[in-house]
Amino acid sequence: MPSLKDLRNRIASVKATQKITKAMQMVAAAKLRRAQEAAEAARPYAERMGAVLANLAEAFEGRDDAPKLMSGTGNDQVHLLLVATAERGLCGGFNTNIAKLAREKARSLIADGKTVKIICVGKKGFDALKRELGQHVIETVDLRSVKSVGYANADEIGKKVLSMFADGEFDVCTLFYSTFISVIAQEPTAQQLIPGSFEAKGDGESDGAHPVYEYEPDETEILEDLLPRNISVQIFRALLENAASEQGARMSAMDNATRNAGDMIDKLTINYNRRRQAQITTELIEIISGAEAL
Amino acid sequence: MAELFQFELVSPERQLISEQVAEVVVPGAEGEFGVLKDHSPFMSSIAPGILKVRKDGDAWDEYFVRGGFADVAAGGLTVLAEQAVPVAEISREQLDQAIKNAEEDAVDAKDDSAKQKADRTLRRLKDVAEALKQA
Repeated sequence: MPSLKDLRNRIASVKATQKITKAMQMVAAAKLRRAQEAAEAARPYAERMGAVLANLAEAFEGRDDAPKLMSGTGNDQVHLLLVATAERGLCGGFNTNIAKLAREKARSLIADGKTVKIICVGKKGFDALKRELGQHVIETVDLRSVKSVGYANADEIGKKVLSMFADGEFDVCTLFYSTFISVIAQEPTAQQLIPGSFEAKGDGESDGAHPVYEYEPDETEILEDLLPRNISVQIFRALLENAASEQGARMSAMDNATRNAGDMIDKLTINYNRRRQAQITTELIEIISGAEAL
Repeated sequence: MAELFQFELVSPERQLISEQVAEVVVPGAEGEFGVLKDHSPFMSSIAPGILKVRKDGDAWDEYFVRGGFADVAAGGLTVLAEQAVPVAEISREQLDQAIKNAEEDAVDAKDDSAKQKADRTLRRLKDVAEALKQA
């Protein structure tokens, strides 16, 4: 049985924890707004890029001289998994969900006899994957020192992936991240980066008849220029989505934690008061029975 | 008054401009080109340089752009640039950094065409730096 003093200490400690989780929730809320704005600001670029690439890709449909980044190496033996997670924990199932998706994919690839290589962006993903797939992780990218993700960060990762591709170190590249749907919903997503697939979306403007474009320099050169850029852009977008998802996940996780702490405080307080009353009653009985005995 | 068309300047981080303008001069990979309303569909990659925009008045707004492409379609002109900064806001350090990167690229270039490309980029950047110094 805990003594009254023990209970008092417990209550004080839970209250302190509650204050921390509450503060974290508010910080996450503020950061979420910023992250969301950044993700929204980046959207037009990625969308235009996708539209233009889809246009160009159509022209190359079925041609042998299409760039490798689009058509692939004609092989799918070596897979590169690019797993983007957060640098910090305490954000509910965010990191775990991404890692789980990546792990399942890696498992099924290994079962098929493929070679798997993993690049972890973010420490938490590596922590989650290293036990089972540690020997497949070839690199971890640390973004801990980066306060808000800039295009330069994504570009760096993109360049690394591209140079590996150029050296023939992998055939297929898949990017894992979490799509931000709402504060309480984030969806772990796997997206194939290389070879790229571009779906021409009906964006209202194209009315079946494609305008005859003039290209300068020619189509091949532009496509070769654009495809590597697109990799960086996609990674950038994924990182931004991730940043927003992370804050959203943290916010709801911390909200839950704050509520739990509140419940716990209530229970402990009731317990504490009961014990206190019981103690007073006992003392009174002792005094009264002592007086009666005289 | 010149006829206006829709112009968008987008960098990965944000959309800088989205409005009706009269004329835009873009630093294309194979030379500068001007775009007016109803330009024929055209696509070009862009070289590092100064992009100029004129609204209905005579004043030109200038932006430093680097890496990306311009897409002229029936709907208007869209410039997607890896980096786009209003000239007034550009800092010497950023430019110096870009020049340094370009110099490294030129040294690292594996074959002739890559070297030529890197040299051209470097020359462009130096021109921009020169122009800014005078301004």
